[in-house]
Amino acid sequence: MTRTEFWQGNTACAEGALAAGCNFFGGYPITPSTEVAEHMAAKLPKRGGVFIQMEDEIAGIASIIGAAWTGARAMTATSGPGLSLMMENIGFAAMTETPCVVINVQRGGPSTGQPTMSAQGDMMQVRFGSQGDYAIIALCPATVQEMFELTVKAFNLADKYRVPVFLMADETIGHMREKVIVPDTVERVNRKPLVPGTLPFKADADLVPGFPQFGKGHHVHVTGLTHDERGYPAATNPKLHANLVQRLVDKIENARNDMADYDVINPGASRVFIAYGAPVRTVQQVMYDLNDTDIGFLRLRMVWPFPEKALAEFKNAKAFFIPEMNLGQMAREIERHIKLPVISIPKIGGELHTPADLISTLEAHP
Amino acid sequence: MRNEVRFSGFGGQGIILSAVIVGRAAVIYDNKYAVQTQVYGPEARGGASMSQVIIDDDPILYPKVATPDIYLIMSQEGFEKYGAVAEDPSVMLIDSTLVHSRPKCRCIEIPATREAKLTLKKDIVANIVMLGALVAATHVVSEESLRKAILDSVPKGTEDLNLKAMQLGLQLGKQP
Repeated sequence: MTRTEFWQGNTACAEGALAAGCNFFGGYPITPSTEVAEHMAAKLPKRGGVFIQMEDEIAGIASIIGAAWTGARAMTATSGPGLSLMMENIGFAAMTETPCVVINVQRGGPSTGQPTMSAQGDMMQVRFGSQGDYAIIALCPATVQEMFELTVKAFNLADKYRVPVFLMADETIGHMREKVIVPDTVERVNRKPLVPGTLPFKADADLVPGFPQFGKGHHVHVTGLTHDERGYPAATNPKLHANLVQRLVDKIENARNDMADYDVINPGASRVFIAYGAPVRTVQQVMYDLNDTDIGFLRLRMVWPFPEKALAEFKNAKAFFIPEMNLGQMAREIERHIKLPVISIPKIGGELHTPADLISTLEAHP
Repeated sequence: MRNEVRFSGFGGQGIILSAVIVGRAAVIYDNKYAVQTQVYGPEARGGASMSQVIIDDDPILYPKVATPDIYLIMSQEGFEKYGAVAEDPSVMLIDSTLVHSRPKCRCIEIPATREAKLTLKKDIVANIVMLGALVAATHVVSEESLRKAILDSVPKGTEDLNLKAMQLGLQLGKQP
């Protein structure tokens, strides 16, 4: 069974978290993500969950890391300035393999920038912002429906891979209201429990260690220092460090094809748009208006790890067009994977690309 | 069939709520698609507030309004900032109690704030009077759907007052 709602994107995100069984929210409200925290504050305690408004975003993510280690499905929500503050603990979550969900409703940056305007300027920061080598997962909703669905998915991926998962929304989708079909139940992928007698950071074939269940007799040391399979610091052992960090990266990057989430439209086309988040909507409008099978579209729902295999699905492609509400962050990533021309269509200032913006770029590259 | 409706007035009149009610009526009760957006800047706190709704029989791709075909304007500042650009063949409903200018396009004058105050003794429901008039004049959503969406959205205990305001608006909007 389903029901129909007319929800704001941020409301749909919070409802997705509740449907996924999120039972801990810690964070600090910031425009344009505030409605996520407001909705969780109103709903979560009534369902037996915990909502804590922390003193800042640093404490917000620290609280969800702690909650996750007690077994909670934990989430925070923020925007760019808050994501910047969270960076140290995002690395800590990656190093300690803590499943948690961070909602980032992007606004114009750098710094305080444009609190009420839309942007996608944090796409590289979210991948590489904390020190050292690590990997994360990032999802990008383009509809209010996907604010719900991808939040659910974020929790499942976080638990499956024991990694921070980011919903990289933008102000456009976070603040608009539209139709949402809400299912009665959602899929739930639980953490793989640690087998008794196994070391807590000894990974299985999938490169993911089992999770020690709180209160089930495990004694686990959790540290951001380079640690051995027992969890004890081993920060001067070069080989151990190399193996650990390589595994943290490989457990995500090696699974990129398994977890890839994208749509391919008109795979035989010669000119191909690639978009994620709000610009997807502009590309869809242009595709509809032009009705030209020689224009293709790769619509990404998962941006990190980047699904490079998707590029190969466009066998006749001669050029890729990348509209982003930043100065070409993912265009640079895409250039890394293909030898064909990559035409960045950057737009900053806070407004979504118009169909005319994209059509004029197509006309300039016939 | 697609309509793009722009609402503007001053903060506190219920401009945003009006747009949400129309979107909700379209999506939940008329089984159509709608996207509602609004201006979030600091000017929305006391200055001219603005919200837009797209209503379509088919899924809405590009979510931003380019050229509204219907305007609902409830303050002079809102007119100057968000209504003055209107041209034919758009239609504009104005609260003639509060808006002194008139647009270049077809204009339907609804003395919503005056009528709400005189007839219902509550000018706070002027926005609901305007919604009734909007639906009578443009049929952007059905009357029954508007009624249900209003009941979903207004505080408990104010249902009768708001339904009377809607009825008043329906009458005012039907006048030639």
